[in-house]
Amino acid sequence: MELIQRNLPALVVVTPLIMGLITSIIGRRGLGWYLAMGTTAAVLAMSIQLLANVLDSGTQTVTYLMGNWPTPFGIGYVVDPLNASVLVIVSIISAVVTLYARKSVASEIAHNRLHFFYALWLFCITGLLGITITGDAFNLYVLLEISSLSTYTLVALGRNRNRRALTAAINYLVLGSIGACFYLLGIAYLYMVTGSLNIADIHDILANKVFPTWSTGAPMYRTTVIAGFAFMAVGLSLKLALFPLHGWLPNAYTYSPSAVSALLASTATKVGAYVFIRVIFTLVGVNFAYTLLHTDTVLMLSAGAAILFGSWMAFRQTNVKKLLAYSSIGQIGYITLGFALGNAGGLTASVIHLFNHALTKGGMFLALGIVAYRTGHTRLQDLRGLGRKLPFTMAAFTAGGLGLIGVPLTAGFISKWYLVSSCIEAGRYEMAAIVLVGSMIALLYTWKVVETIYFGKRDENAPVVKEAPITMLVPVLLLAGGSIYFGIDASLTSRVATAAAHFLLGGAP
Amino acid sequence: MKDNVLMRIAARWNMPFMLIFALYTQTHGELGPGGGFQSGVMIAAAFIVYGMVFGGHEMRRIVPRWVTDIAAGLGVLIYAGTGVYCMLMGYEFLDYTAIMPGNPGGGAPWGMTSVEYGVGITVAAVMITVFNEITEGTAPEDNTIIMEKQ
Repeated sequence: MELIQRNLPALVVVTPLIMGLITSIIGRRGLGWYLAMGTTAAVLAMSIQLLANVLDSGTQTVTYLMGNWPTPFGIGYVVDPLNASVLVIVSIISAVVTLYARKSVASEIAHNRLHFFYALWLFCITGLLGITITGDAFNLYVLLEISSLSTYTLVALGRNRNRRALTAAINYLVLGSIGACFYLLGIAYLYMVTGSLNIADIHDILANKVFPTWSTGAPMYRTTVIAGFAFMAVGLSLKLALFPLHGWLPNAYTYSPSAVSALLASTATKVGAYVFIRVIFTLVGVNFAYTLLHTDTVLMLSAGAAILFGSWMAFRQTNVKKLLAYSSIGQIGYITLGFALGNAGGLTASVIHLFNHALTKGGMFLALGIVAYRTGHTRLQDLRGLGRKLPFTMAAFTAGGLGLIGVPLTAGFISKWYLVSSCIEAGRYEMAAIVLVGSMIALLYTWKVVETIYFGKRDENAPVVKEAPITMLVPVLLLAGGSIYFGIDASLTSRVATAAAHFLLGGAP
Repeated sequence: MKDNVLMRIAARWNMPFMLIFALYTQTHGELGPGGGFQSGVMIAAAFIVYGMVFGGHEMRRIVPRWVTDIAAGLGVLIYAGTGVYCMLMGYEFLDYTAIMPGNPGGGAPWGMTSVEYGVGITVAAVMITVFNEITEGTAPEDNTIIMEKQ
């Protein structure tokens, strides 16, 4: 036990990697799902333990040295309150969605490819967890590629249901690769200046040796550092699907298999947001990014546009899966707005919304996956009158929709409350107004769907539909129940998020 | 291309030398430049040259797809397995001291060698898979590369 406890940070990443490889070799005949389920459950237990360790430890960080090489030279995994909570988000969602995936995936993907699917599934989770936990900027890039490459393939596997999954995957592949390349270029520029790839080390060198010279007559590497940061910011915005770089997202979410949509919507962009927060607050520092370069203004403009545009485009969709995809673009706007404010309240709002939106949107995509499983489609007219046929699924979907609006007693309310109050605290009244307008549009598009579900009349000759199998229903209810629970009792989430926000601002120069 | 005597002989005679040099690079891995990646590419190149001359189906008779599929996973497993072994012996992930605890630095060559073998196997398997994916189905019975048709 002590052995596991000590190697926890490495095991969180290595376990899904090794199990993914084993799945690709022996995972045929349905064994793949059992391997994936066991792995994600184990990873969930480990990341919860890690979060507990971090919050209990006096320094608020746990460091692990790969191969016992000291950090600027080797790769160090650093767990702090922020990434421990992102780890927990990713592993909760992946365990719950894996439970759901068994029937859903079996109905959407050719059976001789299933072991391949679960191997990629585990690689994707490996990458996401690794990005979150690593303290090395280049290692982060490698893990970003692991998760992205497997994601492209997972999206393309939706082709059995709709051929457009292939074009969506190619589109995502091209844009995602550009994003990753930009991030890599940015790292290269910073490496030119600092000679280090360790995030904490780069930060120290920049803050102590490079930035002080900028106020003197001979500024060192000014253009290089700015170019490096600019490349990283644009690359990460692409990965995060921040408006106007969101082009790949709607089709990738719409045409991928249901379980993949849920996993992507609730983890991939969240991890992207986490990396962005990480780069701004612990790599280059707030003073450089916000005070000197005014990145916060750009981010706020993008976030505001994302909220309005995403919500409005969501309202206009007739395919519910695409509606949720556009709504995700809006929700990414809220997350970005939180950390663009740069104060403790805004960061808390960001981190809370990472978690709340993962639960809410994950639950909604899963509920929609049940509709696709039972009716074969996710168009708005296919949902007509399903409120009576799939009572539990549709109740969960509605609960999620209320969360997107931000109705009190849902998790969405808590995040919006934090967000609006910190907008006001920062004197950004116009942003607070945008958040409220975005919520009004969310009310419109949620109502559009809910009305169809409960008051629409099902076609006479439509096939008979019955409630989902229990293994698909339980994950949906878990996530929907979680989004209600954390709306009523937010003490746990806000405690973790506040710790993360204070850690970030304390760690900043 | 298999009708061309020169090509046939050259491909057949070069193959053992390519493989030997690949193995040399592989075993030299922890001592000097080169190692798993390069040797994996060379192993794959030997088979790909063979495949280009005699046809992809002929190469797949020697290295069937299931072999490359398993080898691709196996290589990374060897790599990660080395790391996990170190972990199980009570050291950090990939801390080679675990292999020879009494002798500081003595475990490193062994650890690196096994890691390099893992890399080599995976790279070779993936390279051959890429060749298979490109050539498979381009011609009905003979998969010699398009150059021949021109």
